[in-house]
Amino acid sequence: MKFGDLTELAVRNLREAMLRNSLTTLGVAVGVASLVAMLSLGVGLQQFASRRLASSGLFNAIFVTSRLSFQGFERRGSESAGSSASSEKALPLDESARQEFLKLDNVTEANPQVRFMTEVRFGNTPYPTMVAGVPESGRTDGAFDGMQGTFFSGASADEAILQMDFAKDLSSQPASLIGKDLVLRYAKRQALGTQPNSGISATANHSAQASGGGFSVVPEEKQLRIVGITESEPEGGFGGFGRIRVFIPLQVAEDLRATEVSDLRDVVNSAVSADRSYASLTVRVKNPTEVEGVEAAIKKMGFDTFSLLDTTRNLRLFFTVIDLLLGIFGSLALAVATLGIVNTLVMAILERRREIGIFKALGADDHDVQKLFFTEAGVMGFIGGVFGVGIGWFIGRCLTWGTNIYLKRQGLPSVDISAVPLWLALGAIGFAILVSLIAGFYPASRAARLNPVEALRYE
Amino acid sequence: MESQIDGAIRAEDVSRHYRMGEALIRAVDGVSLSVRAGEFLALLGSSGSGKSTLLNLLAGLDRPTAGAIFVHSHNLAELDTHELARYRRQTVGMVFQAFNLLPKMTLEENVELPLRLSEVERGERDARVREALERVHLENRRAHRPSELSGGEQQRGALARALVNRPGILLADEPTGNLDSATGEEIMKLIRDINQSSRTTVVMVTHERALAERFADRIATVADGRISSDGKRQ
Repeated sequence: MKFGDLTELAVRNLREAMLRNSLTTLGVAVGVASLVAMLSLGVGLQQFASRRLASSGLFNAIFVTSRLSFQGFERRGSESAGSSASSEKALPLDESARQEFLKLDNVTEANPQVRFMTEVRFGNTPYPTMVAGVPESGRTDGAFDGMQGTFFSGASADEAILQMDFAKDLSSQPASLIGKDLVLRYAKRQALGTQPNSGISATANHSAQASGGGFSVVPEEKQLRIVGITESEPEGGFGGFGRIRVFIPLQVAEDLRATEVSDLRDVVNSAVSADRSYASLTVRVKNPTEVEGVEAAIKKMGFDTFSLLDTTRNLRLFFTVIDLLLGIFGSLALAVATLGIVNTLVMAILERRREIGIFKALGADDHDVQKLFFTEAGVMGFIGGVFGVGIGWFIGRCLTWGTNIYLKRQGLPSVDISAVPLWLALGAIGFAILVSLIAGFYPASRAARLNPVEALRYE
Repeated sequence: MESQIDGAIRAEDVSRHYRMGEALIRAVDGVSLSVRAGEFLALLGSSGSGKSTLLNLLAGLDRPTAGAIFVHSHNLAELDTHELARYRRQTVGMVFQAFNLLPKMTLEENVELPLRLSEVERGERDARVREALERVHLENRRAHRPSELSGGEQQRGALARALVNRPGILLADEPTGNLDSATGEEIMKLIRDINQSSRTTVVMVTHERALAERFADRIATVADGRISSDGKRQ
């Protein structure tokens, strides 16, 4: 019999015992709903954690340092120490290296970490603090989600975003700071020879003169407009913006040429490049899964790298185990529902014994009868699966809703703790059909084996 | 197995024995029988004589314990379950004393069922169902369920269902057993008409000698699982 005819007959048969089959299907739906609700929590929490971690910008980032760095001063990969790679000529981490990184596949950014000490002047009061440059990707990667005000209007805008604690130091009403100006006082690095003597003598009280390929340091000021205030600390500390209280566009930070701690290395390092060299570069890739390949390529180019790849692997493993456990608990109700399918179909065989005999007398073979009962089980699984996904999604939304009421009372921001992605919806429906077919195997085989002569005698 | 071939049936020393507790029941015991193409054979016998068991063997619903049944030179005893099902679909049509229409289906859907099993295209199915129902004069009752039809109409519907796949052989098990005499005669005339107009071989089981004598070409009497007499009707 053709699949269309089988399905039509199966649906007709299910309609004949509407109440019983509806209850059985409802059992499947409840089982699937339990499974979907559990897994939607697992998926939702994973997505929530991933979003938070992704917004930290750490998991798609590779931190690159030069092998020219002082031994023991920078973190180095154990495999590079003493390896053939380390015996190769170490390259400076300068602008040309940065451009080489940008040419690698899947690399979206290669930015220096510009951080320097400064003195913020606001209302004639000095506030010593740290300033960091923020790349344009900060606009979209979620690092500044939930901030008051706006992100920088452009890559070279003279604007600043303040960290909330610092903003509170400046004003008891932090929000009122937006739109106001502050002044950064910082130590500008100036290559020797660009202002022979004058720079040094003019700033004699404030500058330090380095010898060799050195530079002078002169105090400078920069006026910036406050455009936003952020609660969070993007990148949470490691290699990023930890303890930073003022964020400015990276381009602006680079143009300031402010003296950084790592500049001392350039002074004493005889292999200093003609270009400006960087203490480290943060290379960002499109996706955390591409970190490994890009990291290997950069190492091959002669630089040291570090990423949190292993941490992401462990995170994925953790959530996979959580999903598995939630799936097992969720499947228990579905397992009970399959017993309902077996019971319903066995009852149907008893009731439809004569009908099976007639089918066989008219030319149905064992496979036709088996397929008919299989299809009935599959249809119950499909309908139960579709309704179950809907109910499971609804339960997930209710849990999110309830959680957010609680969080709101605690003064915490709302979160989305459940998610039913397409793969989960389709997978759950497919699983419901599969489980129903397995449940239908015994009744279908029993129906197929019925002797037609005996079945026709059945009243 | 093509239904257009001669339609002849040949049973050779066929037995169907089965155990009931300690006892061995010889429902059919060494029966040899030939039916010519286009012939109308009545298997006459009392209740429990083995005539229905013999018909089930000819229908491929049951397998002989011993012996061979040749239809179109194929031995039914040697066919596997799949081939036997195809034989029931394409070569034979069956009608029963209890009509055996499916109560949840309309008459039209009942008649269509063998065509679904034969995987006939939907468009052709409609035409064949209409043709079969016209042949038994039930074209106006196609949308009715069996419970809305009289006994005679149900048996005519069952005849339409048996004939819709255009089989070469029609097997009828007490087709008038549940009908009053007038309606029974009407059904018998219809079967006889089908036999004569399309040279369909008919094997009918009955316990009514008068009906058998009026309509069959030949009567084989079955008693205790054996053919006790076989000859042309008087």
